[in-house]
Amino acid sequence: MIALLIRDMRLAMRAGGGFGLGLSFFLIVVVLVPFGVGPQAAILSTIAPGILWIGALLACLLSLDRIFALDWEDGSLDLLATSPLPLEGIVAVKSLAHWLTTGLPLVLLAPILGVLLNLPEAGFLWLTLSLALGTPALSVIGTFGAALTVGLKRGGLLLSLLVLPLYVPTLIFGAEMARRGAEGLDTTTPLFLLAGVTCGTIALLPFASAAVLKVNLR
Amino acid sequence: MSQTSLWEYANPRKFLQTTDRVLPWVAALAGVTLVVGLVWGFFFTPDDYRQGATVKIVYLHVPAALMAINAWLMMLVASLIWIIRRHHVSALAARAAAPVGMIMTVIALLTGAIWGQPIWGTWWVWDPRLTSFLILFLFYLGYMALWEAIENDDTAADLTAILCLVGSVFALLSRYAVNFWSQGLHQGASLSVQPGERMAMIYKLPLYVSMTGFALLFIALVLVRTRTEIRARRMRALLARERMGGA
Repeated sequence: MIALLIRDMRLAMRAGGGFGLGLSFFLIVVVLVPFGVGPQAAILSTIAPGILWIGALLACLLSLDRIFALDWEDGSLDLLATSPLPLEGIVAVKSLAHWLTTGLPLVLLAPILGVLLNLPEAGFLWLTLSLALGTPALSVIGTFGAALTVGLKRGGLLLSLLVLPLYVPTLIFGAEMARRGAEGLDTTTPLFLLAGVTCGTIALLPFASAAVLKVNLR
Repeated sequence: MSQTSLWEYANPRKFLQTTDRVLPWVAALAGVTLVVGLVWGFFFTPDDYRQGATVKIVYLHVPAALMAINAWLMMLVASLIWIIRRHHVSALAARAAAPVGMIMTVIALLTGAIWGQPIWGTWWVWDPRLTSFLILFLFYLGYMALWEAIENDDTAADLTAILCLVGSVFALLSRYAVNFWSQGLHQGASLSVQPGERMAMIYKLPLYVSMTGFALLFIALVLVRTRTEIRARRMRALLARERMGGA
């Protein structure tokens, strides 16, 4: 499993893996927002937590189809499926690799972009914390979506249609936590709820993803 | 291909035979209860003393909203039956119910907007109930899009069934997440089994009738659509066999 994790991360980081794409996308979204809503610092600082969350979510979405697509095309997914590892484990490792190569860099980049959006000082810690808690859920849910659409030729748009509604609870709790943190309010409730969503999806969704993948590999 | 073998259609045949007899009755009953419920509700109930005649849209709004949720529940049950028993008719019924449920969601949203404009002074607010209905609509869209996108029928049935299960959990989760996210403008439940009466009997009776009408209409539509799906699939199987025979 560790070998698979290292392999996936290497593939993602090398040329053609699209490692930097998600990050650049995140940056561009954040740069575009002030053009859309105007450069007033007060407006930007109120919407900053939400924009950063949505940007991270979209950047995450952008890289989802890479989780299985390349392995599906060259047949290594079939090899993995017939390996002694359970498919659930493979799916979980792939989600983890996706999070390490997409989610974690987004978490680290978010506070820097927060400066651009005039995020209140109290918000930095909570924003980073909420993203760190929430992005694993985004990766796991996205893996499920990627597994659903792996066999399709033009699955990209369908993938977003399927995955985005599933992102709603994570986004609500995560953005709420970041917002409350930025306004100096108590963040306990959304923190626990977000942690609950993340733990629940990590525990249960790999089974659904593996079941879906089995159908697709049939 | 297992799809072309005839014995698999043994059950669908029975389904077709039974529904052939039942369908006209269900459809007629749906028509009668709908007409009675709606006409009664629209023309033979007094205007509300504050809301005037606008209140009468409730006879469309509430039954549609009810069926929008029940349609998803029915799809969930049908998907479970398909996953556990591999009963082809149930997968097709789930597929048939999705567009009907989606239209019900749209009706509920639209009538809500039409009612909300004079009463709340706005077509749309990000109220928990409204928002969760919008999310439900998105789930319907995704579910239908996945059915359309996959060519192999059995694969599509499997994948959409799993999506329906996962989607149900997330739809429920979203419902409560949205509740947490914003305080609502929408009133609480209009009908309740609890003693504190919220709606006068004079309004309630026609509402029950039109709810029954919507439920029957839903059943009739799903039956028709399922029969169409079965026949379309048969036709494809026949065409495939003919092509095989011709070659």
